[in-house]
Amino acid sequence: MFNYDQYLRLNKFPLIWCSGCGDGIVLKSMLRAIHKLGINKDEMCMVSGIGCSSRLTGYVDFNTLHTTHGRALTFATGIKMANPKLHVVVVTGDGDATAIGGNHYIHAARRNIDITVILFNNFIYGMTGGQVSPTTPKGKRASTAPYGNFENAFNISGLAQAAGASYVARATVYNAVQLEKYIQRAIEKKGFSLVEVLSPCPTAYGRRNREGTPVDMILHQKENSIPVSKAESMTPEELEGKIITGVLVDTERPECRTEYQRLIDHLKEEK
Amino acid sequence: MQEEKNIRVLTGNEACAEGALAAGMRFYAGYPITPSSEVAEVLAVELPKIGGVFIQMEDEIASIGAIIGGSLAGVKSMTATSGPGFSLMQENIGFAAMAEVPCVIVNVMRGGPSTGLPTLPAQGDVMQARWGTHGDHPIIALAPFSVAETFALTVRAFNLSEKYRTPVILLLDEIIGHVNEKVNMPDTTALEIIDRIPPAVAPDKYLPYEHTECGVPPMASFGQGYRFHVTGLAHDETGFPTNSGREIGRLIERLHRKIEQNRDDIVEVDAFMMDDAETALVSFGSTARSARHAVRLAREAGKKVGLLRLKTLWPFADKEIRAYAGQIKNWVVAEMNLGQMAHEVEWALAGAAPVKRLNKVDGDPISPAEILQALPE
Amino acid sequence: MSEQKAKKKDVTITINEAWCKGCVICVELCPESVLEMRSGKAKVAHLDQCSACMLCELRCPDFAIVVVDNSKVDQSSE
Repeated sequence: MFNYDQYLRLNKFPLIWCSGCGDGIVLKSMLRAIHKLGINKDEMCMVSGIGCSSRLTGYVDFNTLHTTHGRALTFATGIKMANPKLHVVVVTGDGDATAIGGNHYIHAARRNIDITVILFNNFIYGMTGGQVSPTTPKGKRASTAPYGNFENAFNISGLAQAAGASYVARATVYNAVQLEKYIQRAIEKKGFSLVEVLSPCPTAYGRRNREGTPVDMILHQKENSIPVSKAESMTPEELEGKIITGVLVDTERPECRTEYQRLIDHLKEEK
Repeated sequence: MQEEKNIRVLTGNEACAEGALAAGMRFYAGYPITPSSEVAEVLAVELPKIGGVFIQMEDEIASIGAIIGGSLAGVKSMTATSGPGFSLMQENIGFAAMAEVPCVIVNVMRGGPSTGLPTLPAQGDVMQARWGTHGDHPIIALAPFSVAETFALTVRAFNLSEKYRTPVILLLDEIIGHVNEKVNMPDTTALEIIDRIPPAVAPDKYLPYEHTECGVPPMASFGQGYRFHVTGLAHDETGFPTNSGREIGRLIERLHRKIEQNRDDIVEVDAFMMDDAETALVSFGSTARSARHAVRLAREAGKKVGLLRLKTLWPFADKEIRAYAGQIKNWVVAEMNLGQMAHEVEWALAGAAPVKRLNKVDGDPISPAEILQALPE
Repeated sequence: MSEQKAKKKDVTITINEAWCKGCVICVELCPESVLEMRSGKAKVAHLDQCSACMLCELRCPDFAIVVVDNSKVDQSSE
């Protein structure tokens, strides 16, 4: 057993999420990772946007900020720049981070600011009732894609990678142990880090797309996950519909706040 | 011996940056836009020299998000923009009002709507400053009329923001932002600087949205051990979302009360030659410069004209205007928009005397001659 | 809150019924078929089969299951 209670606002339970929603599994993985890192609760700041996953910040006993739709990374950037001692973790969803917040997402990665993004990708706008999102796979149904999605989907990990993130990993809630490990590494990483978690939404996505029960959706993750090492030797056709899991980027790049501090220190010396 | 003076020649935008630094602002986030960019350019030079943070964000939405974050981390924060950027900021201005996060938003007004007149003055954002964000919310907006006053009102904007835990909007206009004037720089060590009230209780007793008598709850910063929750959702005293009608009502009522019951502390009006005036001009910002000159010219011609210059636009100076209701026979409201403030003046006077509107929206300032012409015979 | 102790392995499984939303993840993914659904909530049915793998606790999205391997309790600092 792991004592989650020490990090929770238990009087806010039970969780708002639907039966079988994967978000709680991600939350637990986050708490175990934070515990392993030994981070003082006073120095942890969790920032979220709007959507199902973004309600997470109400449940955790840290400095918590539930912002406006898509803007969590902007608030988080302000916090990190103003007080670099804080560990800043952003909790966001596919719509929040890559539709309305897409610009902030690529720029936070470009700056390589020391913020960890836990991106709950459920392929849908859950809280508003199942509208199509930038990650809804082509052909899948949503309340606003009633005949199947005719648009292409984002590869959101690839987006962070291209924009300059220091650490990018993709995981599923099926493999929560691996997920925890990636989150731990992401928070540890100095620079912009992203963990994209595929978190099933049985209510708004699964039901509409006949993907079965929450268990079916989780087992689907298990059966379709391909480790990144194996995926490298596979063709795009073979990878169709597969989930490439693992660490996609782990590199060292100058970090935004550290570089700014160097400027401050340099100007001080010049005086 | 003559008193030693520190005279500098500054633009309004530069004075705004200097005033912010004097007020203790150490976090600036912004996005370039004419005619406000000099505020950012000065701060990009100065802030890192004193250990403060300057960051250019990817847009104005990000800029105000960042300053709210900076303020929650305990640092006085500011952004500056102009019309189009101010429009983009509106949602998060509402967040700052709802979550009671002190911050200062400078809007150097240019002609609108849309891209409008980037390099020409206007005063068309008076109502946007008041009602730009959705929902009932209180707001404070100040409008200086000179470079020296820009410095002073920037300091005041921070003081009011910290004192009342609220966003404060500083409305400059292109003329005030870009005009060069001699400023007798105040001794910054002698300035009155107000900081937010920190909690006086232990973290387990702290209510970040407490319904205090003065209406303003004490404010902790992230990282100080209080581990509180901040949300734009309707919340109770603990800061967590609530669906209780009673709690929601109390919150919105307190947000308004903290400003309304302190409006005498917030509202500033400069009465110029009003004592024996029979005709009163009402104006603000750069238009008030023309209005002052027009008053002098009218007085030379033997006309009893005065000027009520609004330094605080919101909350509106209704009481201060109404105080002259019995004395003034004619009112003239001069502003570079189509009557946004005149409407408020009419409402304040409730028909006590005729209110004439002098409006201009072609990018040209209102001249003293035009004001003289508008005065009743 | 229901609590049961295993016979073979000294394991205690606690299910918080107030938080359990009956998603069935724990029941279906338990390798030893320890759990079952009763009245829409997860229940411990065959505790004697529990191998203390902790998968049910790991995957419960609602923090409703706590598994304690009593043989490890003393060593565990968590």
